[in-house]
Amino acid sequence: MEILNEIKFTIPSLSVNESTARAVVSSFLTQTDPTVEELSDIRTAVSEAVTNAIVHGYRHSRGVIEITVRLLPERNVYIKIRDKGCGIPDVRKAMQPLFTTTPEEERSGLGFSVMESFMDSLTVRSEVGHGTTVIMRKRLAVHGNC
Amino acid sequence: MTIDIKSNGGNVTAVLYGEIDHHNAQEIRTQLDNYIITVQPPEMIIDFSNITFMDSSGIGLIMGRSRLMREWGGNLEIRNPQPYIRRVMKLAGMERIVKIT
Repeated sequence: MEILNEIKFTIPSLSVNESTARAVVSSFLTQTDPTVEELSDIRTAVSEAVTNAIVHGYRHSRGVIEITVRLLPERNVYIKIRDKGCGIPDVRKAMQPLFTTTPEEERSGLGFSVMESFMDSLTVRSEVGHGTTVIMRKRLAVHGNC
Repeated sequence: MTIDIKSNGGNVTAVLYGEIDHHNAQEIRTQLDNYIITVQPPEMIIDFSNITFMDSSGIGLIMGRSRLMREWGGNLEIRNPQPYIRRVMKLAGMERIVKIT
């Protein structure tokens, strides 16, 4: 599919960069004139995916998180968040609401549920020892003067 | 991240400012717990009026404080979350556990 515009950036897996990732994605998407709700949805979904990479992917190590955002025709937004961390042994189980491997840290286990609810589609690919790739898509509403 | 805790008789209100994500949830948790454990208030309100962002890290934060308050029969109430933050809370079914107004 034709890519109208694209940004790719990487961040070290430091929790302080969760807000950085949200800010960069938000800033890039302002050119599409999204609604406040659409931007909030995307910021929240990005925050969840980046936090998962930091908390789970690189749990016992530090690594790099790659973030790609593409603007596609018909106001479709594509977001890919990839880590090269430990991977998820059972993606289906991990995506169940309230599933968490870190209850002692008060992780609610709702990260994937939020991504699914706030975006139009969510795909998670993971391989143990090689990392996880999260792909999310959302079509922004058409709004204008006519 | 700033927290302003006001006590008026038995009523305690913690006003939070800024964003709640995994990074700063820890700091908020520590500050609130220090106060809650020391004072053990019967009622505590957390005011979300000035919270501009919250992901599911905020859910864990609220659930944890609610659990802590219940140890001595205390109640936690959440006030004034912005609509999109309310959506995150609703997704978690939080209204069944704490009062949200």
